[in-house]
Amino acid sequence: MAVKMFRQCPDSGLYFHKSAESLMKAHAVLGVVFLLVGGLFGLLVAATRAPGIHLLDAETFYTALTFHGTAILIFWIIFFEVAVLYFASSTLLRCRPATPGIGWLGFILMLLGSVLTSVAMLKGGSTVMFTSYVPMQAEPIFYLGLILFAVGALIGCFIFLGTLVVAKAEKTYDGSIPLVTFGALTAAIIAIFTIASGAVILIPTLLWSMGFISNVDPAMYRVIWWALGHSSQQINVAAHVSIWYAVAAIVFGAKPMSEKVSRTAFLLYILFLQLASAHHILVDPGVSSTWKVFNTSYAMYLAVLASMVHGLTVPGCIEVAQRKKGYTNGLFEWLRKAPWDNPVFSGMFMAMIIFGFIGGITGVVMGTEQINLIIHNTIFVPAHFHATVAVGTTLTFMAITYFLLPVIFRRQLIWPGLAKWQPYLFAGGMTIMILLLLGAGTLGVPRRHWDVNFTDAALHYQFAGTAISMLGMAVVGAVLASVGGVLFCLIAVGTLVFGKKLDAGASLLSSFGFPLASSSYNVERPDKLGLTPIETSGHSDAHGAKGTFVLALVFLATFVVYFFINAKYLSSLWPMS
Amino acid sequence: MSITPPSQRIWWKEPIHKIEATWIIIALAWCLVLFLWMPYWHVYGKQNLSNESYKTTPAAFEAKAKAMVDKYTVRKETKEDIPVVAPPVGSDVYLVGRLWSWWPILELEKDKSYRIHISSLDYQHGFSLQPTNMNLQILPGYETVITLTPNQKGDFGIVCNEYCGIGHHNMLGKIIVK
Repeated sequence: MAVKMFRQCPDSGLYFHKSAESLMKAHAVLGVVFLLVGGLFGLLVAATRAPGIHLLDAETFYTALTFHGTAILIFWIIFFEVAVLYFASSTLLRCRPATPGIGWLGFILMLLGSVLTSVAMLKGGSTVMFTSYVPMQAEPIFYLGLILFAVGALIGCFIFLGTLVVAKAEKTYDGSIPLVTFGALTAAIIAIFTIASGAVILIPTLLWSMGFISNVDPAMYRVIWWALGHSSQQINVAAHVSIWYAVAAIVFGAKPMSEKVSRTAFLLYILFLQLASAHHILVDPGVSSTWKVFNTSYAMYLAVLASMVHGLTVPGCIEVAQRKKGYTNGLFEWLRKAPWDNPVFSGMFMAMIIFGFIGGITGVVMGTEQINLIIHNTIFVPAHFHATVAVGTTLTFMAITYFLLPVIFRRQLIWPGLAKWQPYLFAGGMTIMILLLLGAGTLGVPRRHWDVNFTDAALHYQFAGTAISMLGMAVVGAVLASVGGVLFCLIAVGTLVFGKKLDAGASLLSSFGFPLASSSYNVERPDKLGLTPIETSGHSDAHGAKGTFVLALVFLATFVVYFFINAKYLSSLWPMS
Repeated sequence: MSITPPSQRIWWKEPIHKIEATWIIIALAWCLVLFLWMPYWHVYGKQNLSNESYKTTPAAFEAKAKAMVDKYTVRKETKEDIPVVAPPVGSDVYLVGRLWSWWPILELEKDKSYRIHISSLDYQHGFSLQPTNMNLQILPGYETVITLTPNQKGDFGIVCNEYCGIGHHNMLGKIIVK
């Protein structure tokens, strides 16, 4: 008799394979641990940058900042993304994961690597910032940990690809892979490129820190390191856009407006997104303007085009689904009557809006070769990537977690009332902080800086009062966002421990979901996943996404205006050639 | 749905929604504007980074800067006796970034052009001219050259905006424009 390894979730109808489910949980939980710890270090950083509080001493501040960046941008995000890869392959395709044993090896490597690097940073001997620009040197275990972590993540990517092969061979689904899996495949391909770039630069850097290599060229380091540092954020983009489509399907039963358009947009990501390492090299010596212009624009902004397309088709497919349900009044009834009290939806939708309107626009503007002159390394830069990563990616992952917690842990969400408010608190706090820091950055305030009043410096410089007050007020947003972030972690962990059990008779250990009781896994082979049913009403125009189109035009207008404001500001700079 | 296989087996033959097609055309047009703006600004804009840079060594760069300082120092400022250098209009001016100062202080004339060479003697530094807000990444071993024409009078600060160790926040420099 074959072993029964699958269970069907009675609430969502999704099939979970026992091994894949346990791997998913392990990666997601570790991710949340790093989110909590890394996030709290972020609060310390924010409270130090506010001149009125100036919490930490300089040395601790730079250490905390190094840890905050690495823990969030690498550990939290990638742990969670590997969990997403297991979900998008094994769960969505109703397929056993390829080589789960090696999956655990990957997990252990990631765990070991993240702990080694964290220890190296927190000891204080590797305060080199997330970017670890040479010739500033960290201890060997700092680089070694990152390499081990990357190898583990790479294993996760290959198991994802292997699982797609297994699903195809065992015919677990009909037709083509779902759009969400297609998006996850995009993320995995970008991840493999990213990790390969990381290996190319971090292995020589490790050898250099151990004394085997005498010199690592700083310009070369920057170009290749950013193919790791920026591309890893492009994994996020592909992953969170996939989750936006997943949430649209889960909450609204929405189907993509057109599979062809959405998939082509993902393909553009694969082809062009990685060129973005150039965004960090725009005011560097040793690289020509031709190289800068081609790469910074992702070859004529084709990856930006892809994001603008998703920006229309994700809310567009929600609008179409809502209009079919009868919310047809005016341009925006579909949006007004959306489930704003469901954190899965509200989190995802706010993540999308803030990612696009703030993160996307600021990113493209500062990625313009010459405009970068007025933005490079100011606090505008962290403001931009808090809009993309802290809101765009992190809030999206929080939103899907609210859906997944009961589904994979079989525990009812605790504090549903607070969960309803959590996305607003987090997004609201982040937005306040981001807008103030964008302002301070526009006025020249530097990033990664302990004392913008230059108290102990031999010379003196005084920033504009407005810039300093904006920096000071930003901490209010940071505190609100931190309360939102901590609340999310408490709800997630609290649900695992105290949430009402949804399956009767679960034992103490299995009720925590590691794994669920073996009796839950009572399916030997799930039914084959069929094609999405064709809708009977073919009048697509009657259900057109008019409201979304208007939103898209508002977005474009904001984009154009903001771009030319910055071009105007650039033209006031001292002439230089 | 997005989490199930497309309803059409041959999904790439599905027609595209009119709204989607319109948006793709508009977005692509804007992407082209963004792209063409950069070469346009290279031709018609006045704020462009030169493509001029050289490989150097900290010792070689420091020697050139010292020679300039010895020749054109006009006075010293602050209790650290930082030299203030007034180089001739149009000349090659050297600015050193090191732990933790921008050296020396430069005194330039308004609306006159200078060839400014900048490099670092140790770690990476960020040249951030304030309040003008002009920012460059400075690498050890590389000499950045820009032709700069100050168009405002006054005292300008040079902040370091690339983390360069525990004294990073004390790293300042100054340009005086007369």
